[in-house]
Amino acid sequence: MDFLFITQQSLSAAIGVNTIIFALAAIGLNMHFGYTGLLNFGQAGFLAVGAYSVAVAVVSYNISLWIALLIGIGNSIILALLLGIPTLRLRADYLAIVTIAASEIIRQVARSATFNKTLGGSDGITGKFGKEFFDLNPFTAGLDLPFLRFTPNDLWVVVVGWVLVAIILLLMWLLVNSPWGRLLKAIREDEDAVRSLGKNVYLYKIQSLIAGGVIGSIGGFVYALSRQSVQPDNYGTALTFFAYTVLILGGAARVMAPIAGAIIFWFLLVFVEQMLRQAVSAGYIPEWLIGVNQVGQIRFMLVGLGLMLLMIFRPQGIFGDRKELALDARA
Amino acid sequence: MRNRRSAITSRRKLTSGVPVAGALIMVATILTSIFGFAGFASAATPTYIQGTLVDAAKQPLPGVGVSATGPNNFVGEATSDSQGKWKIEVPAAAVYQVSINQEQLPSGQALTDPTRATIKANVISLGFDVTILFPIGPGVKKATNVERGAQLLADGLILALVIALAALGLNLVFGTTGLTNFAHGELLTLGGLLTYYLSAIAGLKVIFAIPLAVLLSALIGGYLQDKFLWQPLRRRGTGLIAALIVSIGLAILIRYFFLFIFGGDTRQLPEYAGQAGLSLGLVSITPKSIITSSIGLVMLVGATIWLSRSHMGKASRAVSDNPALASSSGIEVERVIRAVWILGATLASFAGIMVTVNQGVSFVMGQDLLLLIFAAVTLGGLGTINGALIGSLVIGVSIQLSTLFIPTELKYVGALVILIIILLVRPQGILGKKGRIG
Repeated sequence: MDFLFITQQSLSAAIGVNTIIFALAAIGLNMHFGYTGLLNFGQAGFLAVGAYSVAVAVVSYNISLWIALLIGIGNSIILALLLGIPTLRLRADYLAIVTIAASEIIRQVARSATFNKTLGGSDGITGKFGKEFFDLNPFTAGLDLPFLRFTPNDLWVVVVGWVLVAIILLLMWLLVNSPWGRLLKAIREDEDAVRSLGKNVYLYKIQSLIAGGVIGSIGGFVYALSRQSVQPDNYGTALTFFAYTVLILGGAARVMAPIAGAIIFWFLLVFVEQMLRQAVSAGYIPEWLIGVNQVGQIRFMLVGLGLMLLMIFRPQGIFGDRKELALDARA
Repeated sequence: MRNRRSAITSRRKLTSGVPVAGALIMVATILTSIFGFAGFASAATPTYIQGTLVDAAKQPLPGVGVSATGPNNFVGEATSDSQGKWKIEVPAAAVYQVSINQEQLPSGQALTDPTRATIKANVISLGFDVTILFPIGPGVKKATNVERGAQLLADGLILALVIALAALGLNLVFGTTGLTNFAHGELLTLGGLLTYYLSAIAGLKVIFAIPLAVLLSALIGGYLQDKFLWQPLRRRGTGLIAALIVSIGLAILIRYFFLFIFGGDTRQLPEYAGQAGLSLGLVSITPKSIITSSIGLVMLVGATIWLSRSHMGKASRAVSDNPALASSSGIEVERVIRAVWILGATLASFAGIMVTVNQGVSFVMGQDLLLLIFAAVTLGGLGTINGALIGSLVIGVSIQLSTLFIPTELKYVGALVILIIILLVRPQGILGKKGRIG
């Protein structure tokens, strides 16, 4: 078994593009779920809106990428309003069902043949819509260290991505420690108490939904630009659930938790996959038990099991504070 | 009249030429295929786009016009002869658009696919005839909107039954324990997969495999699941949202386990696979669908009667209403919850079996239906029994009927949009209690 290769792959994944995407998705969820107590199960929809806005605007309408990014943010705000206005009066579990339904609506419309011309159908959209972004790439050579490997383009995405994450986390930190942030936490703890103080809970919930949704759609930008393609089935419910896993792994209601969660999640995911793959091909695991193609399935089974065990034995995650987050809808 | 006569004369001319030309073409085709000389026959042999119009019973359909258009304003026309044959001579190798005049088909006959009234014919080289097939059937697509509506309504009612069977269990578990179970869809898949393994792999007859699969599902998905997962969690005092997320983890774990052992394809039960539909007035339903639906209906009615009449059923409603009060008035809450889990798993597994028998089983079957089940439950009102039934009816029927107006691939989108709109007007669902919303 090639341990150097396994470590290299795992470490590259731990600070790579996917980690950034899931960190951004989870930061948005942290705003919704961690700080406001909103059970948004439609985060994949926000990422899809961000990614598709960029791809459609640039490829189908020839709009400049930078304007397309603004359109994407605008669209995610519209989605948050569309979702929030009817559903934020509902109890947490109703909200979960409606938001998951909304994200599935987005995915199924995106992959339908009816809108094939603009949205690309089930194949999605592939094109050089990130050209303007990659033209700015100052890296002529990629990174090729013993433990880390990136192509020049990946390196550029990773650097810009982490800078974005840092800025957003700083904003997040300022926000949640402001009076506005304290109010969100108060809503999470006791909505009625906040209402009795004369605050418009509904309005604050919508603001939270918009803020987290926009952060999610930025994750969608990174998803689309890094691959130069969007595919509808990447934005299924699994994306939302994995983002929750990342958030809960790190610890909800902690500013830095999504970063820690995403890094650990992707490191483990790739590490386990590479270990299994090599163990199978080296014959340590018999072929009849696990085929090479089945390694991915084992990996997802472990994610599911991990999420269960985490929630049962350590719901506050690695860095969370159990007292801060009493997870209970009926309380 | 004049048209008709000219058609007859041209037909006669064509039929007389057929054997000779046909033989020539055959020889030419064989020669060119042997020697690879595409140009050998081109100068001498006329080239045709041709075909034979027959109905589903292979009876020829004479007197139907076919036309071909091609480059250089080429237009060729022909009418099918007494044997249903037609042929149009073309001047050059090119792509032609061949159209059939659907108006001239005898009444009761129509293209089975109306979008294929014009077909591309690619004449690669002169000397190579191209045969075009227009599939014609007994006016399948000429169904009136009433007939289509009736068929869709029947399909919708069956879908509603599947959803209702699953939704009842989901709702009971929610009512008694407060758990929003995202792993409920996997109970459907469990029932379907067990039936598949018992019948296709172990070789049992389907009618024996089904009850065994239901029993095993009730044991594994109901009794064991509650005993070894949810009851310990209740004892630990796990919060409801935490439990919800546990159920998501469980759903992912089980779904990928099913993928691991079963693979990613959809498989049919070998028995009753290609059963023909029975025509019942306006609608056509397969016997297997009638039988499974009847059993499903009996199970659903039985479960509702059990819930409203039996001691345990009444107790389960008492627990839903107020667990603490139910417990203090002597109801064994844990026993009631266990019974509810077993009932839920039984009904859900049969819902999965209905889908498996009629459409085949795949590892994502339950996941695909889960959102519709949730939509039905939410629509009716979380935790209410009759609400789940009404919600299922609305969702199932509206999904199928919506295809009269929107593309079939978007039918689930339509149902989910209905869900959101109804919640906008009535957040507690159709039969839900106002106090239940936050």
